[in-house]
Amino acid sequence: MERNLMKGNEALAEAAIRAGCKCFFGYPITPQTELAAYMAKRMHKAGGVFLQAESEIAAVNMVLGAASTGVRAMTSSSSPGVSLKSEGISYLAGSDLPAVIINVQRGGPGLGGIQPSQADYWQATKALGHGDFHLLVYAPASVQEMVDMVTTAFDRADKYRIPAMILADGLLGQMMEPVSFPEISINDYDKSSWAADGHKNKREHHIINSLYLKPDELQKSVYERFERYEKVKAEETDAELYLTEDCDILLCAYGATARVVKSAVNSAREIGIKAGMFRPKTLWPFPVKEVNEAVKNAKCLLDVEMSMGQMIDDVKLAINCSKPVHFFGRTGGVIPTPAEILEEIKKVGGAE
Amino acid sequence: MTTEILLAGFGGQGVLFAGKILAYCGLMDNKEISWLPSYGPEMRGGTANCSVCISDDPIGSPLILTPDILIAMNQPSFDKFVDAVKPNGKMFIDSTLIDSKCERTDVECYYIPSSQLAEENELKGGSNIILLGKLIKETNIFTLDTVKKAIEKVVPPSKAHLIENNLKAIDIGMNN
Repeated sequence: MERNLMKGNEALAEAAIRAGCKCFFGYPITPQTELAAYMAKRMHKAGGVFLQAESEIAAVNMVLGAASTGVRAMTSSSSPGVSLKSEGISYLAGSDLPAVIINVQRGGPGLGGIQPSQADYWQATKALGHGDFHLLVYAPASVQEMVDMVTTAFDRADKYRIPAMILADGLLGQMMEPVSFPEISINDYDKSSWAADGHKNKREHHIINSLYLKPDELQKSVYERFERYEKVKAEETDAELYLTEDCDILLCAYGATARVVKSAVNSAREIGIKAGMFRPKTLWPFPVKEVNEAVKNAKCLLDVEMSMGQMIDDVKLAINCSKPVHFFGRTGGVIPTPAEILEEIKKVGGAE
Repeated sequence: MTTEILLAGFGGQGVLFAGKILAYCGLMDNKEISWLPSYGPEMRGGTANCSVCISDDPIGSPLILTPDILIAMNQPSFDKFVDAVKPNGKMFIDSTLIDSKCERTDVECYYIPSSQLAEENELKGGSNIILLGKLIKETNIFTLDTVKKAIEKVVPPSKAHLIENNLKAIDIGMNN
């Protein structure tokens, strides 16, 4: 298959178009702007709509409108912009609409910085807006995975009628790597039972709504959604287990950080420390089964993130705090180095 | 084996473009590659740099802190990265714009008046590619044929007339 060199941001856009995304609504923000720029260039040639909205809030609500008609729609931003979108994302979830939202994370809180960060893990997996709901959250670690996960995100969003998020970061968005676009077959999900796509008086009109004034009706709709979440948890988790079979110390990392961690794991192995790595590819649902498989022979865990420690909560919950979980993190846009992670491995792994 | 190359200079000198040519050379030779630019306000008028990893194995961190090879195109970049180069590494320095000499004895330094050579040969903005030509010659990391193919791939079709100039700049770099 032909390999091309592409920036992560551009690859996300190209993959979305190939996955049948027909509507993209965006607003510029570093470090994801190349994504919108690519869409501006390519989308109309692909027979779709690119629109630069007047704000992030407008963009996400345009996604809500487009998704209501049953077409594949997407928006993208970086951390502060995703916070602005959170109201619309809650409405998408409450209306059971499939859509894809991309977050190319930068440092926070507030306007923060523009360098890579993973400080939006809690936001993405626990509280992207108000109310009882989840998003499907995918965490790519390479430009190729960005392509593959966009394809999956559109598919699963349609399949479960749950909005999906790609949680990337500035490092992945800005870097170029070889990438190929495999031939994909797009599953055609039947949306005729709910899409508000014109009824010509031939059927009852469909209403897309997230307002339920009667508590028992709202409860019923939330219950139904959580039944779908159970199915997602059982079927959609994905993780990479690297050298975990015999590992004494299990490192946990996702996204760009996992690349650095992998280098550190390799260096640790060279000096005789049995290190391994668990890398969740889905952050929600969290790969509980997979981390328990990876940790079975380990004595302790070391969670590494570009944040003050957010995923570590899910790691501890997943293993029921059965083993000590140490943490090493950098934040504010600082990228951890393989050397400092190796030092940390030596420290907690007990081998000097 | 992994080769880590850092290119640094002012925004506008073409460090990202020269890095892109190296990355495409890697693509032509079926290597694993990563290319990571510095991004943000420093790109506009300030210092810009670009990390290129070329490897036989999957690449971990694309961010280069200790390069095997450094291309330095201005004084601030030289000052910032001169001590970061790995022992036995190589440095390619535009001696038109950088007055300093490297005091380290554990690295090999090549001083090329690339800005001056670019001007003398009417290759405006070609200093980056002249340094790249020197790098290719002294490291043998890629063949000239690969470099030619990469340049043809990187230069956009609308600017195809610039392919000749880039090839000329490579040639000057290789022979100075």
